[in-house]
Amino acid sequence: MAPALLEVDGLTKRFGGFTALNGVSLDVTPGERFGLIGPNGSGKTTLINCVSGALPADGGRIRFEGRDITAVPAHRRTRLGIVRSFQIPKPFTSMTVAQNLAIPLEYAAGARSDGADVAAEAMEILRTIGLESKAHTRPAGLTQIEMRKLELARAMAAKPKLLISDEAMAGLSSAEIDDILAILFRLNERGITIIMIEHIMRAVMRFSERIVVLDAGERIAEGTPDAIVRNPVVEKAYLGE
Amino acid sequence: MVAGLLLGGFYAAVSLGVSLIFGLLDIANIAQPAFVILGSYAAYVMNSSFGLDAILTGLLFTPVFYVLGAVVYRLYYGSFERRGEESLRGLVFFFGVLFIIEVSLSLKYGVDYRLVEAAYIGKSIDLGGVGIAFRLLVPCLVGLAMTLALHLFLSRTFYGRAVMAVSQDRLALRLMGADPVRIKTIAFGVGIAAASLAGALLITIAPVVPSTDRDYIGRMFAITVLGGMGSIAGTLVAAVILGVAESLMSTFFGPSWSLAVSFGILLVALAVRPAGLLGR
Amino acid sequence: MARSTRTLLVGLAVVGAGILLAALRVNPYVYFAGYVILQYVVMATAWNILGGYAGYVNFGTPAFFALGAYTAVFLIQSTRAPLPVLILAGGLVSGLLGLGIGYLTLRLRGVFFSIATLALSIVLQTMIINWEYVGGSRGLSVIRPSGPPFGSYVTFLFAVMVLLSVMAVTVARFIERSWVGRGLAALRDNEEAAECMGVPTLRLKLFATTVSGVLLGVAGAPFPYYVTFVEPTSAFNLDYAVNALAMPMIGGTTSWVGPVIGAVLLGTAQQLATVTISSEMNLFIVGVVLVAFVVLAPEGIVGLVRRVRGR
Repeated sequence: MAPALLEVDGLTKRFGGFTALNGVSLDVTPGERFGLIGPNGSGKTTLINCVSGALPADGGRIRFEGRDITAVPAHRRTRLGIVRSFQIPKPFTSMTVAQNLAIPLEYAAGARSDGADVAAEAMEILRTIGLESKAHTRPAGLTQIEMRKLELARAMAAKPKLLISDEAMAGLSSAEIDDILAILFRLNERGITIIMIEHIMRAVMRFSERIVVLDAGERIAEGTPDAIVRNPVVEKAYLGE
Repeated sequence: MVAGLLLGGFYAAVSLGVSLIFGLLDIANIAQPAFVILGSYAAYVMNSSFGLDAILTGLLFTPVFYVLGAVVYRLYYGSFERRGEESLRGLVFFFGVLFIIEVSLSLKYGVDYRLVEAAYIGKSIDLGGVGIAFRLLVPCLVGLAMTLALHLFLSRTFYGRAVMAVSQDRLALRLMGADPVRIKTIAFGVGIAAASLAGALLITIAPVVPSTDRDYIGRMFAITVLGGMGSIAGTLVAAVILGVAESLMSTFFGPSWSLAVSFGILLVALAVRPAGLLGR
Repeated sequence: MARSTRTLLVGLAVVGAGILLAALRVNPYVYFAGYVILQYVVMATAWNILGGYAGYVNFGTPAFFALGAYTAVFLIQSTRAPLPVLILAGGLVSGLLGLGIGYLTLRLRGVFFSIATLALSIVLQTMIINWEYVGGSRGLSVIRPSGPPFGSYVTFLFAVMVLLSVMAVTVARFIERSWVGRGLAALRDNEEAAECMGVPTLRLKLFATTVSGVLLGVAGAPFPYYVTFVEPTSAFNLDYAVNALAMPMIGGTTSWVGPVIGAVLLGTAQQLATVTISSEMNLFIVGVVLVAFVVLAPEGIVGLVRRVRGR
């Protein structure tokens, strides 16, 4: 079995008196398509914030490619290859779409790229994702799905080894969901490990090779999509008491 | 030392507005000290023209200041909050307001020190061998009363609780059937209304000039941060701590270092944040 | 690299023009007023590096400016150091102040940095007032060095300020167009996203704060020789706080052009106005114009011009 790309070990996070994550552990193997699901408030986004470094953990360790990154600041984690997209898109509003990509290309991928022309690379990524016609538009002029694509494009520009897609499909139409899924599949084919956090079940089930379920800050189930769907514990967590 | 405690009560009064507006609503209203000074000058004008007691003026003007606060908030909301551009421009907006108020007062009343007359200023009572000036005692008591009043408002009334809710979760507030913007307007108005009374207290304690507001910027925010953003009880505790610290500093090193105390406390509180003493 | 050469030439041309103007020895008032306007160019540019590029508002410009001035006073009193040393020292000390304040507050939200700078001026002023060596509250007279080029020391200072303002604008322009500038813009637009896209936000913020502080200190260092009598009220003048902020905001914060336009326009207007209206009225108008621009035209004059041009 290949050594894990990402190891989360007993991760705990508290907000005042509220425990958002209670000793959560999980492993992600290289090249895997990993799904993370759970009812609202179960701690998925908190987990991602801790893994990406946006939030400091209160307990536990995080290892990436075997190296302990628990104390590493977020921007350096990005350079190491952990990249996330945001649930609510956070584009750089004063820049064009292409310039938005230039930032991760220069700052995150600069360390690992061959010094290729930044603008050309940005255009290449935009072509892959279908946004090349909007390359010189500001984010204010984009539609919902285009903004989501920009989020993904930006993440791609950071040359991730591990891409965390945080609810990229919420509120999109069926065709748009398929569009995004196709992009994610293609990225995975290139060898990028992907963690997908989603509420849209058909997307997660189709995409993931393995799923972990969180509820109230704890891991309650893990398995293939089929197993998860049939798991009574998961059903109870979603349908509630 | 006793003076420090009394001063603390007064500082609490002065900081309530910031505690409410910045601590709870998360609006960086750095113009608050200017509103306080405006209150001071209102008291001065009423006192010198009509002989009206300063604190009475402060109370009378609270509705006026409330409306003023509501108007300012609406302007802020319409220009910045709604567009989601609060940070840079909102701050500059309030700085502009601070500045305009201070300079307007300078233009109108000049840079001479202004003070108020009252029957109790200049007198003191003797408690256990310690002389306590009424000039300090009365504002302190009023300050404590204001703190209690605000605390009750926030915990017992519908609008007060709505304000607490809006500071935590806007969605929950909508579900409660209340409009967040309206609630914030009310809260902002209350905060500015508090400035009216605080200003009256200020001019009771010591003469003022238009630039006096700048002495209080550091104090107000130091107290709010130290007390835990938005905790009224915390504001009181922090205010007393600051009052005592300044008093001690003044006794040992001279009065001009008192501002450094508040600044130092502000920096320390920021370093030790996020929750302050009793904060959320 | 034609563009860089062109910029260098333009900068040199401006400095040359300034020196020529100084050598012409026209009406002395030109140099007095010109110095003030150019000083504001430096200050506005300095403010904008942190405020416009990074989005962190510094309300304590007088603190940095006065620190530069008082560092110079200290050195004049103790060592009679030449002007270049004064400028370097002033810049260094103010830069350290910027770094210090930044280090203490920039890990937190931007508003706390701003609040700290707001309180900073008053505190620093209090400390200076208590420091007798540099004059305390009574102030201190400094004697200008003898035998200045261009005949009059103020004319000489004018030429120096031309040089300093060209340098400041060059620094700002250089930062703006570099990868640092792009990183600052990213963190200004959305700090969280920038950090997650690999931008070392804390380091860039500290950089901007320090550079801004250095330039403000540099602007303040020649001040003692300009006024010859230095006292805290004038060094820590509220004018500086408002103008250093209003000029970039009115001119436009996203590029180096804005602060220059704002400084020249507002500075000239104020110089003309001091003759006719009181300084308080002057400040009042600045305050109103500032608020008007912030509310109605947040992108400043540069932004308005862009919109008119249809870009």
